[in-house]
Amino acid sequence: MTRDQAPNRRQILSRAVAAGAAIGLAACDRISQDSGSRSILEAAETLTRSAQRALIGSRKSLAPEYSEADISKVFKPNGSTAPDDPDYVKAREENFANWKLVVDGLVDKPLRLSLNDLRALPPRTQITRHDCVEGWSCIGKWTGAPLKEVLRLSGLKPGARYLVFYCADTLEQTLDGTGQYYESIDLVDAFHPQTILAYDMNGASLPVEHGAPLRLRVERQLGYKMAKYVMRIEAREEFASLGRGRGGFWEDRGYEWYAGI
Amino acid sequence: MSASAEEISTAPALRGRRIIYRHSLVVRATHWINALSFLFLLMSGLQIFNAHPALYWGNASTFDRPFLALTAEEKADGDVKGVTYILGKSFTTTGVLGASRDDDGEMTARGFPTWITIPSYQDLATGRRWHFFFAWLLVLNGLVYVGNLLVRRRLTRDFVPSGREIRSIPHLIWEHLRLRFPKGDEALHYNVLQKLAYLSVIIALPILVLAGLTMSPGMDSGFPWLLSLFGGRQTARAIHFIMASYLVLFLLVHLVMVLVSGVFNNMRSMITGRYAIEGERR
Repeated sequence: MTRDQAPNRRQILSRAVAAGAAIGLAACDRISQDSGSRSILEAAETLTRSAQRALIGSRKSLAPEYSEADISKVFKPNGSTAPDDPDYVKAREENFANWKLVVDGLVDKPLRLSLNDLRALPPRTQITRHDCVEGWSCIGKWTGAPLKEVLRLSGLKPGARYLVFYCADTLEQTLDGTGQYYESIDLVDAFHPQTILAYDMNGASLPVEHGAPLRLRVERQLGYKMAKYVMRIEAREEFASLGRGRGGFWEDRGYEWYAGI
Repeated sequence: MSASAEEISTAPALRGRRIIYRHSLVVRATHWINALSFLFLLMSGLQIFNAHPALYWGNASTFDRPFLALTAEEKADGDVKGVTYILGKSFTTTGVLGASRDDDGEMTARGFPTWITIPSYQDLATGRRWHFFFAWLLVLNGLVYVGNLLVRRRLTRDFVPSGREIRSIPHLIWEHLRLRFPKGDEALHYNVLQKLAYLSVIIALPILVLAGLTMSPGMDSGFPWLLSLFGGRQTARAIHFIMASYLVLFLLVHLVMVLVSGVFNNMRSMITGRYAIEGERR
């Protein structure tokens, strides 16, 4: 080997740095996929939820509301935008005239509410910012029935801790049915004044791409908590036995159950 | 990051050479925890950024008018081209920004390349897990560091330059460019360029953290003034990115200075606390 071919000190050093970085990165990928080390990373979620709930006051703080002028001209739809599940397609073709929202589980009185029933409840209108977990934001005007009004009709049994929202859309094709969209919130958010079941957006009926006939708004959390195409609400003591056990479609795929950040 | 003048050796082996105890254990520990946290936060932050590699001003995203966007375009021959937009100007950045090779070697639409994100592959959920874990570590570590500074009354002494020092900046820059660094008693304390550089980090990090918290819809409900402070959620996201970029710039300068001003001595002082001062006493 001649001197020209031999790597000099700088080359050796830069190769060592590159190799070290590659090993470091590979280690990060391994840690990301290892459930034991992942649970250490996930401990931050409990810390974040406890800290935020303590700081913002569990029930009182309201998400900022905006003016008509702030409403986004383009409100980006995300996730499912045109569910092709047969029951949904049929309901949509009937303009949701025969559609009923099912409220059951740990409630005193199970309900089947039509859109007219929901519209008859004292409505709430709010112009709020929708923050997607991807990083973008859009501002929209939502009108709907406060969830607490629905829960007032149904009542809750003492064991109820969570509300689970079952949706019409299949976001991922899976063999075990875990591709169906669902979400869950606890009672702190369920009774929050801005938590509504929205049937109108920007002064018109909720468009299909934004979740017609009904979508959940949980304004102090990220967009993926705000289930679209809500078909059924179930009051439950736990959600570990649903889907892959983490409380929602995206939660089952690694996202935080508490999406306040 | 505190310059202590406590001498632990007054009988140096070499003529004109003294060993001082420069960094306390708290400073050394918090420095390395900070360095580790920053590295993980930066790389997981770029993973998160890659989920929507565009920045806007205001509360909402004006999708057709980002002030910065890393995009990919498919060329006529099917190749993918990376295009970076900054303030209306576009640059081809294939291979680095907008489009780069994935773990399988395929040219893919990607804001930042795999070698600078955690995880290397596209995975927003996991990027967020890394980010928030190390965000907690950075904040708690920062509180220990700043608390220590305040209790020991070192903040102004170590980092706030005097008027005389500020007037000496041009001269000191000239000396630095010639790689001539303060010696003797002058090296017992941080010089004005060090003071300003470190002070800027002590200021930038809380801004970065606050801008990060402003992106949280939960925090915005409890502290709506955060939105007023930064001028909206998307502006806060942009400021978070800009502050992180500033810290990367600081880090590069910091590493170069560590290398050129005596890498062994510098590393020793941040590991054991001991720092050698060359040159005579006045």
